[in-house]
Amino acid sequence: MNLAKFMYADVLVLSPEGRLDHDNCAAFHSALEAYLEEPGSSAARGVVFDLGSLDYVSSAGLRCFMLAAKQARAHGGKILIAAMQPVVAEIFEISRFSMILEAFPTVRAALESISPESTLAYDQV
Amino acid sequence: MRVRFWGTRGSIPVSLTWRDVRDRLVEALVAGSGQQLDTMEKANAFVEQRFPFSLRRTYGGHSACVEFEPGSKEYFVCDMGSGARAFGEHVLAHNAGQPAVVNVFMSHVHWDHIMGFPFFGPAYLAGTRIRIHGCLDVLEHAFRLQQSPPCFPVPFDHLAANIEFIRLPPGQTTLVSGIAVTPKLQLHDGDSYGYRFEHGGKSLVYTTDSEHKLENDVNTDGFVQLFRDADLVVFDAMYSLGDAVSVKADWGHSSNVMGVELCQMARAKRIALFHHEPANDDADIEQILRETVRFEELTQHGHRLEVLAAYDGLELDL
Repeated sequence: MNLAKFMYADVLVLSPEGRLDHDNCAAFHSALEAYLEEPGSSAARGVVFDLGSLDYVSSAGLRCFMLAAKQARAHGGKILIAAMQPVVAEIFEISRFSMILEAFPTVRAALESISPESTLAYDQV
Repeated sequence: MRVRFWGTRGSIPVSLTWRDVRDRLVEALVAGSGQQLDTMEKANAFVEQRFPFSLRRTYGGHSACVEFEPGSKEYFVCDMGSGARAFGEHVLAHNAGQPAVVNVFMSHVHWDHIMGFPFFGPAYLAGTRIRIHGCLDVLEHAFRLQQSPPCFPVPFDHLAANIEFIRLPPGQTTLVSGIAVTPKLQLHDGDSYGYRFEHGGKSLVYTTDSEHKLENDVNTDGFVQLFRDADLVVFDAMYSLGDAVSVKADWGHSSNVMGVELCQMARAKRIALFHHEPANDDADIEQILRETVRFEELTQHGHRLEVLAAYDGLELDL
């Protein structure tokens, strides 16, 4: 799975692509850990998962987001979900992950809820 | 093979309250106003066609008790929750008061799974043979303990039936009165066991009080093996996935989403959501069923899994 990384001021945006399921969740989890443990990442005020290119997520994939949220919170950061495709949004709702992770319709809206600096940086790209 | 659900609720029995009944009557009267409902037949048809399950019926409130009929003269039942009282009446009526042979398979001995036994009528009928199967070494102790003073007035030794406790080896298939029985260890406080029953080319999996850790591939593979091509999987769907992996992690139960995914991996044919959360009312369970059906549609990848929510009184033919 391709996991693109962007830094907007003090917010890290991660964009997974394709499907996230039982078969690739371990690799995805390792990739996340590497990003979240990178020097500088822990200084970020938040992490936004841009799910605009994620077609499908299984329970194992959902758990990765939850673990990332725990890890980020340990550093005092926030984890937000943004731009979910309709199928992924439905799976989030049915599994009640919508009660665990805060979701926004767009990446910009998620950045806006974290810091004005990240929104400004996003708008300038 | 026929499967009959006598108790489907998790943790503790529940019942409708007077408010629930009154609210349903009021809703029914309003819905029926202006309709020509002047005979029982018309009223019955109106109710069946126009009202949702949560208004015209109820999922029920008895704790775990699920019978299966493989077409033998003997009886077969999983767990002795409060549904065992009604199951006992069925056995006595069906056997016209004559002693029966009842094979019980226990998932574990938490109270909601044994509480019906002191009210199981056949236990008081001399000549009845009750064979209680399970993998836990505390099986007999638990049954005796709940009928010890000061908890219950009739001591276990005063029961008239011939009662045996039979240990089954986990992970191995044992033939019990012609049924192939395979128990599997599950993650639950004090341990619990799921079962796969096979007879006449049909397979039933009974798996309740079982938590599934998403990070544990060995666990996943083991349950996929247990569920493989099953005609029916009776699955502990007490919580939402979100709750099961966060605030209710390590509480020993699973979710509708996990059940569908495991059944899809195993290419099982049907899943019955079971061990309903006692805090959920009929409308809540109906909503969970709708969402689970939708989840199956979103995720089916070429294999169709039928999703239903078990209720007290449901009968299924496999």
